[in-house]
Amino acid sequence: MLNRRTLLGALSAVAMLAASNGAAFAQDSYDIALISKGFQHQFWQAVKAGADKAAAEFGATVTFEGPESESQVDRQMDMLAAALSRNPDAIGFAALDSQAAVPLLQQAKDAGIPIIAFDSGVDSDIPLSTATTDNVAAAALAADKMAELIGGEGKVAVVAHDQTSRTGIDRVDGFVNRIKEAYPNIEVVSVQYGGGDQLQSTEITKSILLANPDLKGIFGANEGSAIGVANGKQELGSQIVVIGFDSGAAQKGMITSGVMNGAITQNPVGIGYETVKAAIGALKGETLPPIIDTGFYYYDASNMNDPEIAAVLYD
Amino acid sequence: MTDTAAPAAQKSGPRISGAFHRLLAFSGLIALVVAFSLASPNFMQTQNILAILQATSVNGVLAIAATLVIITGGIDLSVGTLMTFCAVIAGVILTYLGLPMPLGIIGAILAGAASGLISGTVIAKLKVPPFIATLGMMLILKGLSLVISGTRPIYFNDTPGFNQIALGSVVGQIIPAVPVPNGVMILFAVALIASFILGKTALGRYTFALGSNEEAVRLSGVNVDRWKIGVYALAGGIVGVAGVLIASRLNSAQPALGQGYELDAIAAVVIGGTSLSGGRGTVLGTLIGALIISVLANGLRILSVAQEWQTVVTGCIIILAVYADILRRRTL
Repeated sequence: MLNRRTLLGALSAVAMLAASNGAAFAQDSYDIALISKGFQHQFWQAVKAGADKAAAEFGATVTFEGPESESQVDRQMDMLAAALSRNPDAIGFAALDSQAAVPLLQQAKDAGIPIIAFDSGVDSDIPLSTATTDNVAAAALAADKMAELIGGEGKVAVVAHDQTSRTGIDRVDGFVNRIKEAYPNIEVVSVQYGGGDQLQSTEITKSILLANPDLKGIFGANEGSAIGVANGKQELGSQIVVIGFDSGAAQKGMITSGVMNGAITQNPVGIGYETVKAAIGALKGETLPPIIDTGFYYYDASNMNDPEIAAVLYD
Repeated sequence: MTDTAAPAAQKSGPRISGAFHRLLAFSGLIALVVAFSLASPNFMQTQNILAILQATSVNGVLAIAATLVIITGGIDLSVGTLMTFCAVIAGVILTYLGLPMPLGIIGAILAGAASGLISGTVIAKLKVPPFIATLGMMLILKGLSLVISGTRPIYFNDTPGFNQIALGSVVGQIIPAVPVPNGVMILFAVALIASFILGKTALGRYTFALGSNEEAVRLSGVNVDRWKIGVYALAGGIVGVAGVLIASRLNSAQPALGQGYELDAIAAVVIGGTSLSGGRGTVLGTLIGALIISVLANGLRILSVAQEWQTVVTGCIIILAVYADILRRRTL
């Protein structure tokens, strides 16, 4: 008796889900599955918003999923496998570990499902295109702004998140190389890594400041690093120039209050939008560029509220 | 029921109720499969069923390990990070030291058993409650995985064939139509072995006895500590198998992964009808519980249900499953 009751309950629950889903099937539009690196972080929600925008514009249905943390590579594989079973028209994929994904991507290719990579590339020629930020160029812009704010000479340092991820490598290289090439009077005295952890980055910043009393500025290469740098500056009562990366409520607040001079923001909304747009382009048989640069902006207290900038910032 | 029959019925109580619950969980699984099949033609496809089984393999093995510990009335919160630790050990042996593949597999399993031995000893000899002891182990192992690996994934590119442990298909070579991944066959093998140990060996009998009434077992002159440590070590060894499976599937040991996986394992155990208070449980039930979790996640994805709602539905199912168990016990 109980068996039947639970069975009926489960059946009716799923039937309701199915009914709500039936509408999506009825539409004659593209079905695109996006598998992201995360879900609940504001950055990824902004990517999702961009994808939804493109979906509404081009008449597609988009699903967006990602694991709880960026370490859960196997969970992302399960999501990709389920997305493949759903047999969507196209897949957008931001790989947590590009090696692990290759067998499933091959499966997608064999099934004739076009794949667009987003946020970070995949070491494979299967994705037709990659919608991503040019992190080298973005960090070079940070270097230009740093040079401008410190008057073109003096010592600066970098606090980055890690030395292994693509974004970590590109942002440090982009910043350091730009300084070397364009600003002979500026010296990068230290590049340190705090794992993107605010507290660790704070401690690192304080040690850099104590070791280099004549330091002019520090570049924090991601959200956690940047907040850590600004915290370290505040704790020591230092007056250095701080340039951050990405946005988020904390960083925006620090820029408003002047602890941080400005920051580079990626365009997560643009990443989501361009991914869906490229997927639809692929389905229509258009040729796609291998890299779609989704752009980046420098923002500070003066332009934070400009519509163009406000649109790409997130809390 | 007559008075004379009552003691006999009571004696075989756990067995019968276990079988009954298995039926309940099993019919829940069937209901989900039928419902998803009706809702989407993409669900009941060979490739998707294989994807569900593949997704179950790691959690299933972890859940079997958790089942053994939970039947003793204990809990093991370290299964997730221990799995990662074992994967990292395999990485060290195969990639850093360049030793042959079987040594990496054995090393991972031994590392798991050794960790279980330590947990069991801390619990049995130092009398630290299992929740705390394994919480501590969870953090120790998480940290050690990061230290040993240098916080970077260890890839198995130098060990050709390593990813075939989970991804290859021996079954597919014999019957090409159903290429069941080896990882799934390993899950079934682990389930069979664990069932055998629970049902047919002294270790299994003491596992149940410890969970039912540890004091009675102690008073009857049994070395309770030794058996308890044995159960934790066995569970640790099984977690080692899960470590090999996940490393093989990802072709890498991902040192930051694993925390939180113990909760999925415990959920599978509970859905499968094993009592958190100990003394009662089956490996088959756990296997079904793990399948329910995977089917639910996969089915909801196939139906394009938004991710936030997937989480809500999964939570509801866990509570419903345990509530059904409570209702059933009340009516018995």
